Amino acid sequence: MRNNLMNSFLGLLFFVSSAHAGPTIEQWQTTNGARVFYVNAPQLPIVDVRVVFDAGSARDGDKPGLAGLTSSLLDEGTGTLGPDQVAEQFEGVGAQYGADSLRDMAVASVRSLTDKPILDKALNLFSDVVAKPGFPEKSYERNRQAMLVGLQVESKQPNSIASKTFYKQVFQGHPYSIHGAGTEASLNAMTLQDVKDFHKRYYVASNAVIAIVGAVSRSEAETMANRVSRDLAKGERAVKLATVPALEKAVNKRIQHTSQQTHILVGQPGMHRGDPDYVTLYVGNHILGGSGLVSRLSDHIREQRGLAYSAYSYFLPMREDGPFIMGLQTKNDQADEALKILNKVLNDYITKGPTADELKRSKQNITGGFALRIDSNKKITEYVAMIGFYGLPLDYLDTFNSRVEAVTLSDIKDAFKRRVHPDRLVTVMVGNGK
Amino acid sequence: MRLSPVFALTAAILAGSLGFIPEPVGAVHRDGKADVRQYQLDNGMKILVKEDHRAPVVVSQVWYKVGSSYEHNGITGVSHVLEHMMFKGTKTLGPNEFSKIISANGGRENAFTGRDYTAYFQRMHKDRIEVSFRLEADRMRNLTLPEEEFAKEVKVVMEERRLRTEDKPTSLTYEQFSAAAYQTSPYHHPVIGWMDDLMSMENDDLKAWYERWYSPANATLVVVGDVEADKVYRLAKKHFGPLTGPAVKPVKPQREVKQRGERRIKVRAEAEVPYLLMGYKVPVLKTVEDSNEAYALEMLAGVLDGGSSARLSRELVRGKQIAVSAGAGYDMYNRIDSLFLFDGRPANGHTIEDVEKAIREQVEGVRTTLATQDELDRIKAQVVAAKVYELDSVFYQAMQIGTLETVGLDHSLLDEYVDRIRAVTPEQIQAVAKKYLVDDGLTVAVLEPLNKNQHDQLPASEKGDSNAK
Repeated sequence: MRNNLMNSFLGLLFFVSSAHAGPTIEQWQTTNGARVFYVNAPQLPIVDVRVVFDAGSARDGDKPGLAGLTSSLLDEGTGTLGPDQVAEQFEGVGAQYGADSLRDMAVASVRSLTDKPILDKALNLFSDVVAKPGFPEKSYERNRQAMLVGLQVESKQPNSIASKTFYKQVFQGHPYSIHGAGTEASLNAMTLQDVKDFHKRYYVASNAVIAIVGAVSRSEAETMANRVSRDLAKGERAVKLATVPALEKAVNKRIQHTSQQTHILVGQPGMHRGDPDYVTLYVGNHILGGSGLVSRLSDHIREQRGLAYSAYSYFLPMREDGPFIMGLQTKNDQADEALKILNKVLNDYITKGPTADELKRSKQNITGGFALRIDSNKKITEYVAMIGFYGLPLDYLDTFNSRVEAVTLSDIKDAFKRRVHPDRLVTVMVGNGK
Repeated sequence: MRLSPVFALTAAILAGSLGFIPEPVGAVHRDGKADVRQYQLDNGMKILVKEDHRAPVVVSQVWYKVGSSYEHNGITGVSHVLEHMMFKGTKTLGPNEFSKIISANGGRENAFTGRDYTAYFQRMHKDRIEVSFRLEADRMRNLTLPEEEFAKEVKVVMEERRLRTEDKPTSLTYEQFSAAAYQTSPYHHPVIGWMDDLMSMENDDLKAWYERWYSPANATLVVVGDVEADKVYRLAKKHFGPLTGPAVKPVKPQREVKQRGERRIKVRAEAEVPYLLMGYKVPVLKTVEDSNEAYALEMLAGVLDGGSSARLSRELVRGKQIAVSAGAGYDMYNRIDSLFLFDGRPANGHTIEDVEKAIREQVEGVRTTLATQDELDRIKAQVVAAKVYELDSVFYQAMQIGTLETVGLDHSLLDEYVDRIRAVTPEQIQAVAKKYLVDDGLTVAVLEPLNKNQHDQLPASEKGDSNAK
């Protein structure tokens, strides 16, 4: 059995060398300045449109929750339709509309069949919803209240408490410290005019990336992109965010909470999209805590000791440096022990780096699994929108495997030493309350 | 159909090792007629292959007909703990080596346990499929279940339970709700098991469970991806063909005793916002006398909650603004009789009683009046489109095939789904609403937030400290 398995490792060497190309991405701008990224995927009679604005919670300013509230209100009506009619019309043609608000991005998306009458209807409605939302007073008030209820629910969730505290401490006053769910005070001070102003400022063509993936031709995609951007004002791109400052010292926050488990988050500012260390840190973290059950963190905390169901680490690259996060949850009386091990694993990793075998196996996993990253239109759409939004090279996916292959042991050791500082970590523990 | 988010957390599926939650099988299904090729090995193992050549990938899943609804009190959670232990070594592989090999072959893997099944899967480049078969065939019969690994892993599962249930008030509510709604049906107990059963679980319980259920005659291999069906069969035969195992005695029926009146429970827990669950006893496709009723119940769920334009969102969330969220759901692919569910959370200024009253009004509405043609058309449009969208995920396609086969339904029913849904009439929907949405078969659970003061007065056992060893 073992010998046979070794043969499959050998097979992998050949397999890896056959380079994988990503999808062919075409790029252009609409006349009013929206950047369009298109992939022809003719196999299924469907199309995905994903519009991303630089209008996430990092743009909330002194009104936390504003970006999220705006995003949630897009499909609550257009100039001519009410919220019920918008829902009826999307669903009447089987189109799936979605909206999401992240730290960097406000995302609006629609998936439709490509039959012309269906697609025309879905796309017209989608375009109106994004560019000309009605923002009815009644919907505004309902969604604002719903966000307040959401805050109440989150106030008792140890993972939410930990995450909010963590971001606040890691990003000390930077826009990334804002939590998109808002605060009770900010939501109570908000007005419908704030939402309208936010939409007017940020939901503009210059600030938009449109990704189109599906069974539509280039010229059809051009028509679609023009339709989506037609009613968007040209506007201006959002101003550049401030650089995330490094932490000056370690921060420890212990929050008492009546949960059986203590939720632990440890980390600091990490890296950004397009970071010169991106691939090195990605591969390095894959070994440390990014490869599920076979990562070092999972091995030490779960496999060897049974301390937690999940123990992980990741870098979340954003426009500016996003967080580097290590996390686990364990029953209260084991929390200190688990934290000690978490820190020890990190320190060992920074001091000694990975082993040659670990690096080899991680590379095999990442490059050998490349096809899985882009095996559906849904995944391709997300990649293409991300590449467009962050201005990454169009061959980002094509070169991914070779860049991973090029990473060396000393690259990882060097990058982790420069970028991760164990003496300046934010440590948040939530639990152990009476 | 669409349910509020809490169901995604508490529903019948417990994801395995990596915290991956597969999409539950919903109400809509692919058409893809006659695409699934079926084979059977001499040892009884079934093999189902669907070719999908869009990307050079393959998903391979091994499904066993065993899950928490096969368990009895005292050993609840054993199927799920065994699922965890399936990664802990065979006669030729050390603990966790399975995962290391899959990983080094570029694969993604996990497993999940539900009420009616335990399944293991790998997603890989199509060239790697034999690695998956070799390893799955090995652990089907050669698991070693080392005592020291069991001792650690059962603790991991207890942490999983703390994470998913003990510290999640809506999950706790769902668990208590199910235990109240089902008295003799094994859907009574949670997939992850009661904490007390986990604490008293022994490795011998797992050994007996493994011996009894992990036999090729009780397994189905489902493969979807860029493969040739006959080649997959030959490869499967090479690895799974030589396995032998006991014939599997069917599990006892344990039918639910007839409910004779509405039941209500309260769950008092550390929470800020109340939450409501309601469930009516209903048959499923496997148990129903007239299969039209199952499809009519699907449509009924669609009328109430088939999207944002459906009644619960339109009337309770947007119209009267009584609830911040309200959902309804029915899963006709359960193995035994199940529940037609409602859930909801009150909007600010409204009580949980308001939400219950509003849901009951909706129930009364579908019992007394016919759904409109517009409503039906919208649901059908969504079902038809979703059938195409599903083809974008090889994993989802495999999930559906595996689920049906494992609960004892023919996977070809998936091909009929759209036509059967299209054929449902407003009269049939009203008829099933009248027949099944009746108070005598209803269970209601309310999550009642515990304020700090009350909580302090509780005995330690109710604060959950009793879980400490």
